[in-house]
Amino acid sequence: MSLLIPCPHCGLRPVTEFIYGEVPEVPDTITDPDARDFDRSFMRKNPEGVQVERWFHTFGCRRWVTIHRDTRTDEVVSDSA
Amino acid sequence: MNEFIEKKVELRWHEPKRSYDVVIIGGGGHGLATAYYLATRHGITNVAVIERSYIGGGNSGRNTTVIRSNYGVPEAVRFYQRSVELYQTLEQETDRWVMHKQKGLLWLAHTEAGLRAERARAEVNQAFGAKTYFVGPDEVKKICPHIDLSGAGVWPVLGGSYHVEGATARHDRVVWAFAEGAMRRGVHVHQRTAVTGLLKEGDRVVGVQTDQGPISAGAVVSAVGGHVTTLGAMAGLRLPIRTHPLQAYVTNHYDLSFDQIVASTALLFYVSQTARGEILLGAEIDRQPSYSYRSDHHLIQSCSHRAITLFPFLRNLRVLRQWTGVCDMSPDYSPIMGKTGVEGFYITTGWGTWGFKAIPAGGEQMAQLIATGETPELIAPFSLDRFAQDRTLADRGSAGTH
Repeated sequence: MSLLIPCPHCGLRPVTEFIYGEVPEVPDTITDPDARDFDRSFMRKNPEGVQVERWFHTFGCRRWVTIHRDTRTDEVVSDSA
Repeated sequence: MNEFIEKKVELRWHEPKRSYDVVIIGGGGHGLATAYYLATRHGITNVAVIERSYIGGGNSGRNTTVIRSNYGVPEAVRFYQRSVELYQTLEQETDRWVMHKQKGLLWLAHTEAGLRAERARAEVNQAFGAKTYFVGPDEVKKICPHIDLSGAGVWPVLGGSYHVEGATARHDRVVWAFAEGAMRRGVHVHQRTAVTGLLKEGDRVVGVQTDQGPISAGAVVSAVGGHVTTLGAMAGLRLPIRTHPLQAYVTNHYDLSFDQIVASTALLFYVSQTARGEILLGAEIDRQPSYSYRSDHHLIQSCSHRAITLFPFLRNLRVLRQWTGVCDMSPDYSPIMGKTGVEGFYITTGWGTWGFKAIPAGGEQMAQLIATGETPELIAPFSLDRFAQDRTLADRGSAGTH
């Protein structure tokens, strides 16, 4: 398994047990409410580096997990465990 | 392999100039094809293609080489059919053997819903110029004798669609053919040159900053795979792209008798045989957004498990090689091509898991856009502003796996 997600309830579990949940980050420079809704729906920060992300543990405790992961290496740099 | 590059394909390298009419970022299939068609169709040869590694070293050399046009929405069928046709004449046009082989592609259905989807696919395809026909189980068995129609008792094959013009080609040879054709006409290709920024005058993009120095350009085209979000940000663009790894693997040699490409949306895998006799398998993208090229055992395990239900002979084979590419996934599983709203900056991205088959048409249409300044009708539906205009092209046909 290339990626293990640290779940505070279940320990290190394979990513295939989880569903990815995006944390939308609409830039403050966008002020129009409609434009913010649009950006939130479609646009992605997609960073090459550490990002905050949420995972839902479908095949486990069925709770949400928040982690910081480096998208270049898949290394989990901090977690909520 | 080196012998092929050095003796047969003549790649001519040049020192970078300080200025070009067009600078294309990304020396993969799409970037080089755009340069090729700029040179051959529009006589624009003062062009540079900038590649941070080596040509064809990204997704152009990592895909599973399927060429097809059996998509689910009219705009996509028309576009990919153009690409299928350009591929059919590519060897003649470039005088290079890219190992293009028409194999026929079977897309299987295992449920009533699947049958409806494949019937709809065949209808849409025929209406917009692609040769795809609905077939029953008997015909499936006739086309592909290796298949176990019972699906190991779990995934029975109820029918499917047969895409006659489905084909494969050797991916790096396609890249080299376009590179050579473009270079012969005066296009410069600069490998090991990384773009570190964009040169701007006001809101207009007027060139690129590279680790070999600045290069000014009349037009800058992003044909980058995998890192387009970072490049877009340099131009001040936010893009609807998320980057996911996609893995594939090949087995050891098998008798050269598996002549088709077979895919199953329900089982999420596809299989074909390479010219070397390896059985090539691929499945869905990894679920985490990532730029990592790491492969994992889970994919081999789950994909093989699914493939063996339809092709029992696979159980006797061994996995030889596995690799990963990173795919730019758009929200509607369709590519994004055209103007960006930033003057002087064009983009071709969102090639997700369906970029290789689109190389000739993508290059041809982007070249026409850059040469004329007008967005060609064929790619107008794929513009970046379609998301803001509520004209998304949600295509379950491409959301298959390849």
